[in-house]
Amino acid sequence: MEKMDDNSSNGSPEKEVVEVESVTIRFAGDSGDGMQLTGDRFTSASALAGNDLRTFPDFPAEIRAPIGTLAGVSAFQINFSSEDIHTPGDALDALVAMNPAAFKANIGDLKRGGILIVNTDNFTEKNFQKAEIDSNPLDDEKLRGNYQVFEVNVTDLTRRALEDMDLQSNLADRCKNFFALGLMYWMYTRPMEPTKEWIKQKFGNRSEIVEANTRAMEAGYHFGENTEAMASHYIVPEATYPAGTYRSISGNVAVAYGFIAAARKLGLTLFWGAYPITPASDVLHELSRYKNFGVRTFQAEDEIAAVSSAIGASYAGALGVTCSSGPGIALKGEAIGLAVMTEIPLVVLNVQRAGPSTGMPTKTEQSDLLMSMYGRNGESPVPILAASTPSDCYDVAIEASRIAVKYMTPVMLLSDGYLANGSEPWLIPAEADIPEMKAVFREDPEGFMPYDRDPETLSRPWTIPGTPGLQHRIGGIEKQDGSGNISYEPENHDHMVRLRAEKVAGIAKDIPPVEVMGEDSGKVLVVGWGGTFGAIAAAVEALQARGASVSQVHLRYLNPFPANFEEVMRKFDKVLVPELNLGQLVKVIRSEYVIDAISYSKVQGKPFMVSEHITKIEELL
Amino acid sequence: MATETKTNGVGLKLSRKDFQSDQTVRWCPGCGDYSILAGVQKVLPELGLPREKYVFVGGIGCAARFPYYMNTYGFHTIHGRAPAFATGIKVVNPELSVWVITGDGDALSIGGNHLIHAMRRNIGINILLFNNRVYGLTKGQYSPTSQVGTKTKSSPVGSIDYPLHPISLAIGAECTFIARTVDRDQKHMAKILEMAARHEGTSFVEILQNCIVFNDGAWHQYTEKGLKEQNVLYLEEGQPLVYGSEDDRRGILINDFKSEIVSADSPGIAVHREDDEDGAYAHLLSRIEVNGGPMPIGIFRNFQRPPYEAMLEDQVTAAQLQKKMSVDDLLHSGDTWEHK
Repeated sequence: MEKMDDNSSNGSPEKEVVEVESVTIRFAGDSGDGMQLTGDRFTSASALAGNDLRTFPDFPAEIRAPIGTLAGVSAFQINFSSEDIHTPGDALDALVAMNPAAFKANIGDLKRGGILIVNTDNFTEKNFQKAEIDSNPLDDEKLRGNYQVFEVNVTDLTRRALEDMDLQSNLADRCKNFFALGLMYWMYTRPMEPTKEWIKQKFGNRSEIVEANTRAMEAGYHFGENTEAMASHYIVPEATYPAGTYRSISGNVAVAYGFIAAARKLGLTLFWGAYPITPASDVLHELSRYKNFGVRTFQAEDEIAAVSSAIGASYAGALGVTCSSGPGIALKGEAIGLAVMTEIPLVVLNVQRAGPSTGMPTKTEQSDLLMSMYGRNGESPVPILAASTPSDCYDVAIEASRIAVKYMTPVMLLSDGYLANGSEPWLIPAEADIPEMKAVFREDPEGFMPYDRDPETLSRPWTIPGTPGLQHRIGGIEKQDGSGNISYEPENHDHMVRLRAEKVAGIAKDIPPVEVMGEDSGKVLVVGWGGTFGAIAAAVEALQARGASVSQVHLRYLNPFPANFEEVMRKFDKVLVPELNLGQLVKVIRSEYVIDAISYSKVQGKPFMVSEHITKIEELL
Repeated sequence: MATETKTNGVGLKLSRKDFQSDQTVRWCPGCGDYSILAGVQKVLPELGLPREKYVFVGGIGCAARFPYYMNTYGFHTIHGRAPAFATGIKVVNPELSVWVITGDGDALSIGGNHLIHAMRRNIGINILLFNNRVYGLTKGQYSPTSQVGTKTKSSPVGSIDYPLHPISLAIGAECTFIARTVDRDQKHMAKILEMAARHEGTSFVEILQNCIVFNDGAWHQYTEKGLKEQNVLYLEEGQPLVYGSEDDRRGILINDFKSEIVSADSPGIAVHREDDEDGAYAHLLSRIEVNGGPMPIGIFRNFQRPPYEAMLEDQVTAAQLQKKMSVDDLLHSGDTWEHK
């Protein structure tokens, strides 16, 4: 069953190749060690090898925390499999630790019997101090009992592989991540060719860097082949998933593509008002590259200007979107209320992170649901959608745009740090698959009133400046129904508050019902939303395979809820709501339906593990 | 002459009345805002644009209600943020004539950040700042332009905040058109507003405006007959900086980075020039009144620099010519693989 695609490999017949179904590995090192790049390349190679995969980059907020410290540890986890998988994996089959801090921060996640590869060149007294370790952990006999430990002098071996190149030693040392990558390529039987091509493209005009990185990678690969310490290596066969053209996609890129596609479909200019913030900035970066699609990205002076400019853009006839993370969304509240009042399309993308306040900028959480729902003054209802996987960010961006334009309303779109940076293979959809939607501008002056209503959607006419004969004034002061003139009349205000709520509630008629994954009645229904989808699905599927009476519902629409949501929940003995917060959706379900839903919460800045869900669900069965 | 094509195809000349909306104007009787509204409504017909091309954007405050009274497109937004809304509007449709109407609290206190960033970007909007040195709509607290010692409801023993000087701020914020006029001088206001409207890039006009209820007479020495002749320095391109009554003409001499008030017939009186891109001269002018001299009225600075929206359009056009792509191309960009 051994398969060697790579012609640079001359094979080592005496080494055993073990076929495995699914592997989870993590590269961990200093934030300057290039672990994210190493992970990205391993991901790309695994995708080309035909595996299903999920990734989880985990890095510090500091750009360069002091070298060798725990604060500076950067890691990249990938789960690759011959089966359908939903998550980046719980426990690690293999850990590459480039220094003692990376070892200390990650060893707890390694499976008993798992592979530990350490760069011994960095296991020095000085680095133990920086990592707050008393003595060399590699001297601990217990470590060898628990794991397959491979001590590799990565730095030295890399230097030696490059010694005739006359490079400065710091440049040679910067290639050590490619040595580690090459070693893991050997360990998991991945071809090196695509990475060699990538190196050429990436460093094209700097030939010494191309050569150094390529050589370092090959040295790592050959080290694996030749060292006696490593007796066997592994192969993960191709997964069986639908045929077609695939690419790897992260949530932040998918969401950017979704908005470009939606604007195209609607025939609108995409205006993107944003202020840099982790982990949302990458969406701004991505979109700023696509001026050829007519995208106008505007890096505003602050979060308030970002949302205000987007509202101004929508008012003038564009698809206005603003994007941020929790702290920035908090600042946008007043302006979102204005868009509610003036009934102007707007999408507010919140790539959630751990809060409150600055919280943990690079760590994931889903604790902004209640802010999205209630975080504005007055009765200020907005539709809320959440993405469930990296590629789902594409579809949800399109759907959020459709709703914003059709109902003339701001829409909250929730992603999170886990979806934003994580990636998965994506069967590339076609532009022709985008659902029908259109933007209509009012042009007829006959009988025009700014707050006239479409009887079906209750939305008012989108009437943009520049349209002859339709000059009118709108604003944040309560307005008379129809005319839009300022009104302080008590009955009118009561009417308008209810009308705005009714308009948003009515969207329930225009969205698909919730789908139950599994039996549509039984003991436990697990209700999730957002980035927890993968871990819940994996847990529920595993339990279903064992015959457990458990089903799953994953909500894309959080306001309004799909029309059949209550009915679905009532067919189960228990409703479990896992969330990466202290129980926000569960509060809404309990107050909305008076259903005694059970909260399962975790707020560690980390995604749920599959095993955690399994344990929790088993308690309820 | 601006004309607007009516449905019968006959071009009709627009007048002041065409720009009046059907809403009752609700400023206090005698408020300086009325004359500014009249001034704007008189100037717009001269600009050669139909009504639908105008957008007036307000923040919060008495001045910010202005859009309701204009028969154009109008957007009454939130406190201090009008320049940001206006930026979004102008970027999406550069053909529109976009006006921000703001006050000293709206523009300089809660909205200071948006004001300076609109200016530095040179976005093509016209900002009219009605400066009355007091908060009107919230009933009379001191503002960022109130002088030290101003007694108000929130400063009963006198304010201790040093004031901002809007013109100096605009110079520091890289604004390309900076002027000052007064609510009581319709003729001067009309000239300044027209110049501001025709300027490409951000134009900023500070309008000295009287709040008759909470700060009456704040600018009397620059608006009342018998006083203004002595206290107003009219800035005219290419003309010497002279002012004062017939029998007491004075001039401004600039020496050693300082201005000095001298007799008008002294040699070396400074000659006004608006195209001071460097800003040092304009800044010096903006300090004359602060330092106890006359109040300069007119254009402080007026120079050309490509506006934000034009540069953005250029980038978009260049990208569109360079790289045509469909959504399908986009989705297939980067590494892809076939799975069979």
